[in-house]
This record gives sequence, C-alpha cells and structure tokens, in this order.
Amino acid sequence: MNAPAASPYTLPAVEAGRMRHIISILLENEAGALSRVAGLFSARGYNIESLTVAPTEDASLSRMTIVTIGSDNVIEQITKQLNKLIEVVKVVDLSEAAHIERELMLIKVRATGKDREEMKRMADIFRGRILDVTETTYTIELTGTGAKLDAFIEALDKTAILETVRTGASGIARGERVLRV
Amino acid sequence: MDIGVKLAAPELTGAEIVIRCLQAEGVEYVFGYPGGAVLFIYDELFKQDKVKHILVRHEQGATHAADGYSRASEKVGVALVTSGPGVTNAVTGIATAYMDSVPMVIITGQVPTHAIGLDAFQEVDTVGITRPCVKHNFLVKDVRDLAFTIKKAFHIAQTGRPGPVLVDIPKDVTTAVCRFEYPETVAMRSYNPTVKGHPGQIKKALQLLLEAKRPMVYTGGGVVLSGAAAQLAKLVKLLGFPCTNTLMGLGGFPATDPLFLGMLGMHGTYQANMAMQHCDVLLAIGARFDDRVIGNPAHFGQVPRKIIHIDIDPSSISKRVKVDVPIVGNVPEVLEDLLKQLEGQLHKIDQQGLAAWWAQIELWKAKDCLRYDRGSRIIKPQFVIEKLYEVTGGDAFVTSDVGQHQMWAAQFYKFDRPRRWINSGGLGTMGFGLPAAMGVYLANPGSTVACVTGESSIQMCLQELSTCKQYRLPIKIVNLNNRYMGMVRQWQEFFHGNRYSESYMDALPDFVRLAEGYGHQGMLIDKPADVEPALREAFARKNDLVFMDFITDQTENVYPMIPGGKGISEMILAEDL
Repeated sequence: MNAPAASPYTLPAVEAGRMRHIISILLENEAGALSRVAGLFSARGYNIESLTVAPTEDASLSRMTIVTIGSDNVIEQITKQLNKLIEVVKVVDLSEAAHIERELMLIKVRATGKDREEMKRMADIFRGRILDVTETTYTIELTGTGAKLDAFIEALDKTAILETVRTGASGIARGERVLRV
Repeated sequence: MDIGVKLAAPELTGAEIVIRCLQAEGVEYVFGYPGGAVLFIYDELFKQDKVKHILVRHEQGATHAADGYSRASEKVGVALVTSGPGVTNAVTGIATAYMDSVPMVIITGQVPTHAIGLDAFQEVDTVGITRPCVKHNFLVKDVRDLAFTIKKAFHIAQTGRPGPVLVDIPKDVTTAVCRFEYPETVAMRSYNPTVKGHPGQIKKALQLLLEAKRPMVYTGGGVVLSGAAAQLAKLVKLLGFPCTNTLMGLGGFPATDPLFLGMLGMHGTYQANMAMQHCDVLLAIGARFDDRVIGNPAHFGQVPRKIIHIDIDPSSISKRVKVDVPIVGNVPEVLEDLLKQLEGQLHKIDQQGLAAWWAQIELWKAKDCLRYDRGSRIIKPQFVIEKLYEVTGGDAFVTSDVGQHQMWAAQFYKFDRPRRWINSGGLGTMGFGLPAAMGVYLANPGSTVACVTGESSIQMCLQELSTCKQYRLPIKIVNLNNRYMGMVRQWQEFFHGNRYSESYMDALPDFVRLAEGYGHQGMLIDKPADVEPALREAFARKNDLVFMDFITDQTENVYPMIPGGKGISEMILAEDL
C-alpha cells in the first residue's frame, strides 16, 4: 500500500474566506420540499458538497443536513433564503458551535493475495467493519467525520478501490442545544 | 394547525369548492382564459355572479391584469388559467409579480392525477416550472385538501413580503366530492413573518439619525406595498431630511414636496444620486439596494457611512450592501415606533449641519439634469409626459411598459400618492402596460388610467385591446413612437459603437387604424403644438379607449445615466455629449 507522505488527515485547502459549514434544517415533510431546497441552491449558485434528508421521530417533519462551502456573507444569505422557504421551520448552522458530524461510507475494495492482510489491517485501523467477503473483494463499512472517510480513501492504493458510496454528513449539536419545533 | 370553521356545506365538488373559497375571500374579479383542465371550474363560475370573470386574449394578459389590479388596490389579484400552454403563457406574468412582490393567487388547471407524469395532453410540471418564480406553490392531489390549500395560498400571498402563490388543481380533483369547510384562520408553524421591529435596534437607528450631518432617506416599493406613505411623510417632514424613491417606490413620498430629490438610480436625478453617494447616515426603508440603484458596490462602499435598513424580508438585508442597523419588521409599524421614540428628541438634530447639507444639495439640483431641448420641432417624449402630468392634474393612474418611455414617465410625472405608478421594475417585462391598466381600471372604476408605452412594448400584448372593448375599459394609451426599441438603441449608441443591431422597429402597423379596428379611437400626433390639445381631447372622452400615437424624436436619450459597472456619482449627463 503506497500511502502519501503527508498525513491522510490533512484537510484539503479551502479558498481564503470560504469555510465549510454544516447547515441543519427542520422542514415540513411535504412532497417537493427537497426539490425546493435543492432548487434554491442551484438557482442562486450556492455550492452543495453533500445533502442528506430523512423524516424525524415526528413523521410530519423532515431533517435535512447540507454541507456547503462559502464565505460568511454567502452563508448568511443561504441561511436567510432557507428561512424564507415556506416549508422550512428552523435552520441552524452547526458549524457555529461544538457539534458532532457523522457520515457513513460503504466501500468495495480489491483484496487479493498479500494485499488481503493489509486491507484488513487498514479497516481495523480506521475502525471499519468488513460486511461482505469474496475471494477477491472486501466490502467495508466506515463511519466517522467526512475528513476521516476522505483520509481512508487517501490511505488506500487508488487501484484497489472498486466502488464507494457515501451518505453525506449528518450533524447534531453537542450538549443541551436541540433543534426542534 | 389551527382551524376555525366558518363556512361549511355538505358534499361539494372541487370546482364548487374553488368558487366558494374565492367568494369567501371576497374576490371580485378573476382574470382568466378557459381550457380543458379548468372546464368544471368555468362551469361553476358561470352558475354564479358574485365573482366576475374577465376574459383576456392571452394568459400573459391575465396575470398582468391581476397584477395591475393588486398594485392599484390593496387586494390580492386572482388569475385562472388552464394546464400546459396556459401555464407556460402565464409564467412571464407570474415572474413579473414575483420580482415586484405583488400579492397574487394563480389557479391553474392540471391533467388528472392518474395522468400526471405520463406526458399527457397539455401537461407540464407546473409546480416545477414555477417553483423559482413564486413565493410558494401547491399541487392539490386530494379534494379534501383543496379548501385549506386555497386558504393558505391567500394567507401566504398577502402576509410578510407579499408574492404570487400558485395552486395547481388536477381535473379529477375538480369533480371529486367532499364536505366543504372553509377555515376561518390559518396558522403555520413554518411561516410566521416578523411584524414588529426590535426596540433596541430602533433606538440605535434613532441615535444615528440624530447625530447625522448629511442624512438621506431612501425608500422603495416596500413603502407602497405595506401602506406606509403616511408614516413616512410624517417622519421625513419632522426630521427635515432629503428623501428619494426608487422606481418601485415612486409615490411613496410626495414628489412635489421640497424635501423630495427625485428618483435615484441608473436613470435617477443628479441630486438624488450625489446625495446618496455622499451621505453619512442612510435610512433605507422598504428598498433592497438593487443593482440599478447602487451601481458599482465597491464604488458605493468607498464613502464611509452608517446604514439603517428597515425591511420585512431578512434576506434583503445585507444581501448586496452590509448595513449597520438592520431592523426586520413591517414598515408602517416600525416607522410608528420610530416616530414615538423621536418625540421630544428633535432638538438634538444638528440644524447647522443639515442646512449646509441642503446648500450642497441645492448646488446639485442647479445642474437641472432633466432638461431637454424645448425648442425642437420634433415632439420630445419628455414633453409628452409633462403635458400628460398637467392634463391629468398629476392624479391619474399611470401604467407603463419597459424602456426609455418608462424612465421618462418615472422622471417627469410627479406622483404624490402611492399605488398610482404601476410598472414592472424588477423583471422589466415589455407588454405589461396595457393588461395591467385593465386591472388598474377595474380596481378603480371611473378613474383616469393612462398607459405610457412605446411602439415596441405595446405590440407584445396588443391583443388585449379586444378585452378593453368587451369590458368597456377606457384606457388612454400614450404611445411614444420613436420607431426604435429606444433603450436598446441608447445602449447600442453609448456602448456598441452605434451598431443598431435589430433595434429598429420595421413594418409598424398604422396604430390609429389598428385601434379603430378593435373598435376604439385612434389619434396620430406629430407636431409639438398638437400634443396638449390631443391629450385634452383624449382624456375628455371618459368612456372611450383612445390610442394616441405620438411620433417622437428618435435621437433622444434618457439622462442622467449610470453606465454599467460605474459608481452612482459617475453619471453621464446630457451636456457631456
């Protein structure tokens, strides 16, 4: 396995003034709500790094998490434009305070011959779980921050990766702060 | 959700429910055009007479007419169109209303629910197509949701920052039957616009205003939409500060008041733009720092100033220009609170500083930036507007299309009252003027309504002359005919080396015969001495639509002008060229 010289945990460089933000949105679970948010971002030229959405414990509400990169001005506009949408109940920029970010990745890798042992070791180091095994492949489940998942991919030999599928980040505030109606 | 039931009935069809809802909302006129998907709704319209239908000749006309109706009254404009091409024809009018924040409800037919997504006849993804140009839209898939959806639509349209709301109703929903209950109130947990301004912010704002040496009040469409003209006039007169309006805000402050500096922006007056650039405290009310007003933002930011911004929409605040004291709230309420806090503090105003500021403004006014050649033997378009103002006593409803004529109407017709100046500012839609005038007249029957237009714009919705005949709408069309798309020609002259690419209006019709062909009166005026007599004769005809074709000077340009990318103090003036 040829790992790059720098630590795989080094974050990619971001343009000066533009920061990565995790925005958490509580919205009415109505048809078209996802389209509306996606449409807003594309119409106004905002960047979507990743987007994930699912109903909450209250089936009438959905929770959406969007990872976006932008300057402070742009993030302020994004938050305001989201609040303007009729179905959006509440918007929180999790990046403003301590929060937990988690993402899930399923990755299918070539694991043949002497690389098999090394691949298992890599999975263990990153605390991933091997969910599927064939003579030539492993399918590994990995959870963690986006940076950890990026690092795992970086750490592997590119030719070993057959397929990756990621969910996009979900986030929740630390401590007693709660996003609810 | 909070529901109180006022109107209830046993089983009704979806179509009957639509009509009952419109009646419950006090809708007087629906502007529309029938089609397959809305046949059942039209059937129910026919069977009653509380809600009157105005048949237009193109769905764009329906939406512009509903728009004009709303702008000239304080009501929600209502349009009804069919699916597919009906919707796509209406999109221009919907986007026009969206850009100018006009409260409207548009009811559209849709193919039956079981046919949606199967490329049915006259099917389009209405909700998808209109999503970016409405305040909100709904697709009603179940007749039991219909009444509540319409109630929500009217609520959303006219609260907070107003805007068009579309309700898409599949044909089978109009025949399905259910019990009818019209909710008395509607409460939405996800939608609660802020009405009252934060008292701490208002206090900060007052502080800045009292310390100002070169203050400026800049107001826009928000003052007109929220009905805050009285509070604004009181505030400005108490403070004695200079005041300017945007294109959308004209009439929000009396134009004949000595404190008024004229419109500001790309074609605003010299004094308004200079004062805007050089002020040290700026009070922005119901305006959004649009690119037509601010010019180059970097240039605007070069002069250090404190900005107070009062607006109902938080997303408009600090969007293009960072402000120091944002106040989110409904403009009349915020101004009332500001006036209350102002009591007993007026003596703190630096009267000497203010006098020096006014002296500077008078010097800028002396430039007489709107002057034009009054000795010309060809009719000057500015002259026509000045005479229009005189002949109508400054009190008419004036709608406009888009281009040079629009700018001259804004510069030369002095609007003292709000909701008199009706034009498409945000989207700049050619074709708006005539259908909007229809809505304006129906909202104010018996009043004087003038449509200032150009020979290019008027051809876009010309077919509505037939609607005017059918419903006896005595609009006075003031056509400033320079045989060119004037504003395009001006830009081509200034910035494209006089290459008039496709801006010449060839093959123009004989407008007089055209108007007569539609059953109206036409007049051709080509001498300056005939302008006033023609206007007097036309406006004396209270019951006729009169099409006045003024042959105007092709070489006239709109001055002042802020070229694209330049700062607002870098105006081109008539004398420069």
